[in-house]
Amino acid sequence: MTAPYEQQAPIWQGGQPLGSYVSPIPVRRATLGDAVASEWTKIRSVRSTMWTLGVMVVLMVGVGVLVAWGVSLSEAALGADSALPLGFFGVLLGSICVITLGVLTIASEYGTGMIRTTLTACPSRGRVLAAKSIVFFLLVLTITTVTAALVGAIQVAMLDGRAATGQEWVRATLGVGLFMALLGLLSLAVGSLIRHSAGAITLMIGVVLLPLVMAMFMFSSSLVDVQEALFEYSIPSQISVLYDVSMTGSGPNGWDPVFIAAAATAAVMGFAFFALNRRDV
Amino acid sequence: MIEVEGLTKRFGKKIAVDHLSFQVRPGVVTGFLGPNGAGKSTTMRMMLDLDIPTGGSVRIDGKHYRELEEPVKYIGALLDAKAMHGGRSAYNNLLCLAQSNRIPVSRVNEVLDTVGLTAVAKQKSKGFSLGMGQRLGIAAALLGDPEILMFDEPVNGLDPEGIHWIRNLMKTLAGQGRTIFVSSHLMSEMALTAEHLIVIGQGKLLANTSMADFIQQNSRSFVRLRSPQREQMLDALSEGGFTVVEADDGTLEIDGSSSEEIGELAARHNVVLHELSSQRASLEDAFMQMTAESVEYHAHSGGGTAPTGGPAAPGPQWGQHGDKGKGA
Repeated sequence: MTAPYEQQAPIWQGGQPLGSYVSPIPVRRATLGDAVASEWTKIRSVRSTMWTLGVMVVLMVGVGVLVAWGVSLSEAALGADSALPLGFFGVLLGSICVITLGVLTIASEYGTGMIRTTLTACPSRGRVLAAKSIVFFLLVLTITTVTAALVGAIQVAMLDGRAATGQEWVRATLGVGLFMALLGLLSLAVGSLIRHSAGAITLMIGVVLLPLVMAMFMFSSSLVDVQEALFEYSIPSQISVLYDVSMTGSGPNGWDPVFIAAAATAAVMGFAFFALNRRDV
Repeated sequence: MIEVEGLTKRFGKKIAVDHLSFQVRPGVVTGFLGPNGAGKSTTMRMMLDLDIPTGGSVRIDGKHYRELEEPVKYIGALLDAKAMHGGRSAYNNLLCLAQSNRIPVSRVNEVLDTVGLTAVAKQKSKGFSLGMGQRLGIAAALLGDPEILMFDEPVNGLDPEGIHWIRNLMKTLAGQGRTIFVSSHLMSEMALTAEHLIVIGQGKLLANTSMADFIQQNSRSFVRLRSPQREQMLDALSEGGFTVVEADDGTLEIDGSSSEEIGELAARHNVVLHELSSQRASLEDAFMQMTAESVEYHAHSGGGTAPTGGPAAPGPQWGQHGDKGKGA
């Protein structure tokens, strides 16, 4: 092939630059706040948000009431126990919804191609990821905390038991809300890494369920330590820790689950940021 | 102004864009032409910092894309019409875009009106036809009222009315002094809209020229004739100072002459003619010849007929895979 034939058009014509279009819309430095406003519009304008969070609220409240009703029918009274831990079952089921929404918040942009529009408008990958995380985290934190408090109040009202302490109340509401929001944020980071909704949701459900299932089948005595660790640090047991009904009696206690979730989320989010910056869209 | 310098993109072993350098100047429509797989979309994605270049750089008004304050106000792009969330309404798709760049919310309705989607603004973009999707993509590109506009194959899938609308829109926008960069794989489409032309093939620059020059250089007009007294006619033509090309099928092609001139010449020399006609090779032929060696996906021409139809153009070497990837 011969050298390309090149001939440039003149830039100047009659002393005036050819292109001189100036938009009347002023240009200012866009901020994280602008990105947050944009992400808020995005999350509230798709149906999946309403559906996943709606189903979560229904599951938490519905299962909570059913469990309390079941206990009230049985002979065994709560006695010296508080009614608060009965919220555990609804939260465990609701976590699936939070995972789904977390993954969809970013992976659906890859599925639809919206991510290209998003990153063209806001080329800073860090800002996009931060804005999505903030909006998602605050939304899920608020809804799960309020719902957990509502479920707790219903259960306590339905059953006679020991009155829960203030500490227990805070962990069973704000603690649960924080844990769920962090779990969702972890899912968001995984969704950003995997960029495929179904794959990321499946992986996250595996993360929630597999450690417990695997531990159940570790019969060999040489695996006892691994089995114990899987039991103690599996996500269902960590949720139970927040309700002071640890399945194992050892391992994390108090607010530990929230700190563990925060550390794991921060690590995966770091990878997600790194990958988003390096990869083609 | 967009400046592309030494831009290179490698996907594994394959080079999609190979040391590409050109400038897109303001105030004109610049056509970006190349066969499928030539690297047009990859180049455009690198301009928008969606794909990270293996080498080289792109500067928009002297800045890297990531350095632009509110990029939507500098450069609006239509990459593909589907780059929107289908579950969101057209209005909301544009609203979240406007908010991220602090564009007044009133602009959303303005651009919806410009592209004629006001009536379906509240409908989910999932149900949009290809043409409506394309209009929504153009609305997104116009949202920030940018100085530079970039369209990747904007007429694909549009009906004639839509194609006409886009052509006029691009001309209007360029007339306002904006920089327009539009890709296509159709030469005929470019001939109608673009003033400047950048042609690439297999990621390499093949031509960077004004449209007028390209037409002058490449649309060859000539006279074709067929005669039983071929030798006699050839003598007469060389005497008359004409340049003659002998085509494969025995016809003669005379550049830069008219059929009247040649007919009279034949009459003066008493030569019998079986055919005498004026011919013009189309721009499409010129484009296909230029990119023939760099077409990535060759089709086998079953019937063995030259697909170009241009009499003088032997046509690209369709079906010959031997030179694939080496010619360019």
